[in-house]
Amino acid sequence: MLLFAAAALSILTTVGIVFELGKEALLFFRSAEATIGEFLTSTIWQPAILDFGIWPLVLATLTTSIIAMIVALPVGLATAVYLSEYASPRVRGVIKPILEVLAGIPTVVYGYFALTFMTPLLRSILGVGAVEIFNTASAGIVVGILIIPLVSSMSEDALHAVPMSLREASYGVGATKLDTSLRVVLPAALSGITAAFVVSISRAIGETMVVAIAAGAGPKNFTFGEDSLFGYILNPFVAGETMTGHIVRISGGDLSYDSIDYNSIFAIGLALFVITLGLNVVSRRFVARFREVYE
Amino acid sequence: MTPLPPDVSGEAPDLFTTSPYMRRRRRRGAVVKFALLLALMTAVAALVTLIITVINGSFGLAAVENAKPPSELAASLGHPEGTELESLGKEDLVTLLEAEISTNLGRRFERERRFFDDRLVFEDPYVLNDLCMSGEPPPACSLSARSREDVYGLVVERVVDPTIVGTWSFFDSVFNRGEIEADAALEHPGAELIFRSWISWDFIRNPQSPEPAVAGIRTALFGSMWVVLITLVFSFPVGVGAAIYLEEYARENRLNSIIQTNINNLAGVPSIIYGMLGLAIFVRTLEVITSGSFLGGGGGATANGRTIISAGFTLGLLILPLIIINAQEAIRAVPGSLRQAGMALGSTKWQTVRAHVLPNALPGILTGTILAVARALGETAPLVVVGASTFITTDPTGPFSKFTVLPIQIFQWTSRPQDEFRNIAAAAIVVLLVLLLTLNAAAVILRNRYSRRAV
Repeated sequence: MLLFAAAALSILTTVGIVFELGKEALLFFRSAEATIGEFLTSTIWQPAILDFGIWPLVLATLTTSIIAMIVALPVGLATAVYLSEYASPRVRGVIKPILEVLAGIPTVVYGYFALTFMTPLLRSILGVGAVEIFNTASAGIVVGILIIPLVSSMSEDALHAVPMSLREASYGVGATKLDTSLRVVLPAALSGITAAFVVSISRAIGETMVVAIAAGAGPKNFTFGEDSLFGYILNPFVAGETMTGHIVRISGGDLSYDSIDYNSIFAIGLALFVITLGLNVVSRRFVARFREVYE
Repeated sequence: MTPLPPDVSGEAPDLFTTSPYMRRRRRRGAVVKFALLLALMTAVAALVTLIITVINGSFGLAAVENAKPPSELAASLGHPEGTELESLGKEDLVTLLEAEISTNLGRRFERERRFFDDRLVFEDPYVLNDLCMSGEPPPACSLSARSREDVYGLVVERVVDPTIVGTWSFFDSVFNRGEIEADAALEHPGAELIFRSWISWDFIRNPQSPEPAVAGIRTALFGSMWVVLITLVFSFPVGVGAAIYLEEYARENRLNSIIQTNINNLAGVPSIIYGMLGLAIFVRTLEVITSGSFLGGGGGATANGRTIISAGFTLGLLILPLIIINAQEAIRAVPGSLRQAGMALGSTKWQTVRAHVLPNALPGILTGTILAVARALGETAPLVVVGASTFITTDPTGPFSKFTVLPIQIFQWTSRPQDEFRNIAAAAIVVLLVLLLTLNAAAVILRNRYSRRAV
């Protein structure tokens, strides 16, 4: 019975998350200053003058996540294909621990890396004028590096699950190693790889410290029409604050309970929870499907 | 591991090497293999660059301006020229303090903690006596006297008062030394240029300080230890219990499958969400308990829930799914024959689990737990939300103290615009990485020993 209680605590945790986030978010939307319509449509987030539109934060989150995926997908997938199809056991023995170390480094260290290495690097390549000290591009690239191990280990598991007979059949009809890896094994593992991608996106969206340190410390408010679309709104080299970054900055200060600021970060948290949970559930579906095929 | 295409050799013309079509295919294969290798090397290069960046920040030249040169101070007490400040005894150091700092400041230090057990230096004995009788006695009334190291720290901080006016990274310092020396002489004429390792014993021993030259991570290290301890005490029994239930007792029913799915999903929730949960539940709703005020305010003068115990429980919830999943795998790996043998001898289910399953699964469970603890040690975001203190200099005294932890310290120092804070952030990162590496090595050793036994 005691053991069951221990297991049931996990349910309680989920209920706690949903309940607390929901309660505070509800207080937020019930208050006179914010409405759910404004929250979901406005492109200005400025609590000081009671503007609560989530889009500037979502846009920054999307920017860093997309950049992260552009870095992590090709590198992570290529690493997985190499490790699973080409590498000798010795190479695997060296590379796997390196990836594990990369995965074990705390995110705050990656934040330091983004600010003291990646940003100066971008600025020396593209010019100091073009790249702000805090910018979403640098944060995004480093988040990408951070999730390479996740992409590669999940993809490698998927590739490993492809039965040997498929590869042997491919060689049997005269295909080269390249054809076999890319045209037979990869498509066969596609659902598992997709799952890896979806989990990685969710991880990139939820990633906090790197963006809190390197992406910027104020929402990038914008108005369609007035602000240049590519020069400012979609420009990754401009500072922008993500959803997670905003929560960290607001709660890092002295926050009084029942203030609109306190409630607002819970509304953001709820949005974040729903997005990441949704992505994780989707990814689990993919994994379940791909298990059905080969087991 | 995959079989190679059959090797064709013999008298017949070798189509694999002579046909231009085959050659093209092979070349393409080689190009793609190289591209894959390149991608893999990118990942390796990222790790190497990261480590180099941290090292680059942890050592380097620093221009230091001292308000009072330490050599003169020793001489002012009548010691021979060239006596090191560090070699002075406690009496001498207190004399120095008496001569150099204001009486008011001295009184403040003495009320925090006395300099000597048998006499007072700055404070009037009657005043202190009165204060100790009052409703809010200063800490000095109950604490023993300051140690020599403590006094030495005060002398360095308040009298020598070193200010770092400029710092340079390691590679800069090594390759452009001449240029830097010229720059420093021009911009900071009074400063002394020294090659400094930002990681030092003093850095580990000193408490937090607004002055990067003397700032250290002791407060943060103690904070990290306390938080991880609470995390472990909470999540290890609960996690292992849950794993035993799910693997050994749970029937295949709807509730149990929901629990399992739920645990898997929890493992994917962003850590900052746990921070918000901790803020809402442990810090706010359970404030009476987590602030320690249910003990009659005995724990500390904090009176709010932003304490070590809140942080520990928050991280405990965070790593619980990891511990459960790992422990489940370890329990599953115990052969079923052991259970059947136990049952056949007439032991109950619980006896079997306790005497056979758990001891066999223990190395695996411990490995998973160590890795989860490593994760907790490096977590930052949830603790910022739960409310780690931004600036405290006193060591935590128990679960109800205010706290700061190593990653938070790194975060705050990194966020400061001044270069010298980046240097101490890098030094703190080195300490954190060494700690994590030790934990990981322990896990690997445990795993290897275990797998050797199982074979």
